[in-house]
Amino acid sequence: MKCRKCGNAAVLELRRHNAAFCGPDFLEFFRNQIREAIRKYRMFTRDEPVLVAVSGGKDSLALWDVLIDEGYQTRGLYLDLGIFDYSVESRAKCETFAAARGAPLLVRRVAEEVGAPVPVIKSVTRRPPCSGCGLSKRYLMNRAALDEGMPVVATGHNLDDEAATLFGSVMHWQMDALPRQSPALPSTHPKLVRRVKPLYRLSEQETAAYAFLRKIDYIVDECPFAKGATSIAHKETLNRMEAASPGAKHNFLFGFLEKARPAFERAEAVVLNECVRCGQVTTGTLCAFCKLADQVKRAAPVAGDDAAPVL
Amino acid sequence: MKVVLRNPRREVEVPGNRRVKDVLRELDILPETVLVIRGDDLITADEVVRDGETIELRPVMSGGAS
Repeated sequence: MKCRKCGNAAVLELRRHNAAFCGPDFLEFFRNQIREAIRKYRMFTRDEPVLVAVSGGKDSLALWDVLIDEGYQTRGLYLDLGIFDYSVESRAKCETFAAARGAPLLVRRVAEEVGAPVPVIKSVTRRPPCSGCGLSKRYLMNRAALDEGMPVVATGHNLDDEAATLFGSVMHWQMDALPRQSPALPSTHPKLVRRVKPLYRLSEQETAAYAFLRKIDYIVDECPFAKGATSIAHKETLNRMEAASPGAKHNFLFGFLEKARPAFERAEAVVLNECVRCGQVTTGTLCAFCKLADQVKRAAPVAGDDAAPVL
Repeated sequence: MKVVLRNPRREVEVPGNRRVKDVLRELDILPETVLVIRGDDLITADEVVRDGETIELRPVMSGGAS
């Protein structure tokens, strides 16, 4: 197979683009997709500091690598979830990456912030493990950015992540989630920073290939709690559709963003309050994160519905 | 050839010279869910892997909380 641009031997085929690229031309394709994402959604400027949430995985480290190379002012944020050897190894990957590039890395421990690491949160709540983990991460990313005076958080969500999230939202017609699905969420409150996903145009095979070709040492092993996660099942379904019809995931996500998303915008703005305890933004009076922390403290499930988190 | 798989890490033997896409089909793996690594290089689905060579099929899927 030949590179579409130079004719040399290809290292990766991109069936949805009906193309294949050699290593150098693939890296340029990858960077161009991120440049286009940042431009199209006005994610951030070169004058703004960007907090890059890194997990030690391929996506977030590939994103940070590109943003550093592109000359953006970045700082990494690693949230230590306390998931046994997995967290020890993933933190080491982030620290090694940051040290090699002389890039600043903030570390926050979920156990200190919530009162217990993710494995304990999993055992004392009725939530699926990924739910409490995701809630904690979104909250802590926003709070860390506010603490550090950074106006925007960039995460490593890729095309597959976004298509799987959209698939899940559509399957259950989650009318509150659909308008929030976007590569760039603006700040709608002084205590909510912008959240952007510069990898949304790139598949996870492409981010893995970028990390491999750039010799980024990332954690290949899956989070031990991800096994059986709904998002994985949705990705597997979409991957089978993609194999039968290349471009299916891209068309699903991009079609939604360009054509359907405006139809799901809410007519009435959601009322945002500040949590009576921590001061972060919530639709209720006590935010979902503080409720989670209470559950952990009591080490027993809490009855009743949570206020919807807006983070 | 030796085929290295991950999550969990294991190895399987596939006899003969084969194209990557045939190996993937035999192992029931969708091409876009893995990187195919031979030595220090990525290779595409049309490449032939010879008996005695080793390739790694590294999964690219991540998931869970977002």
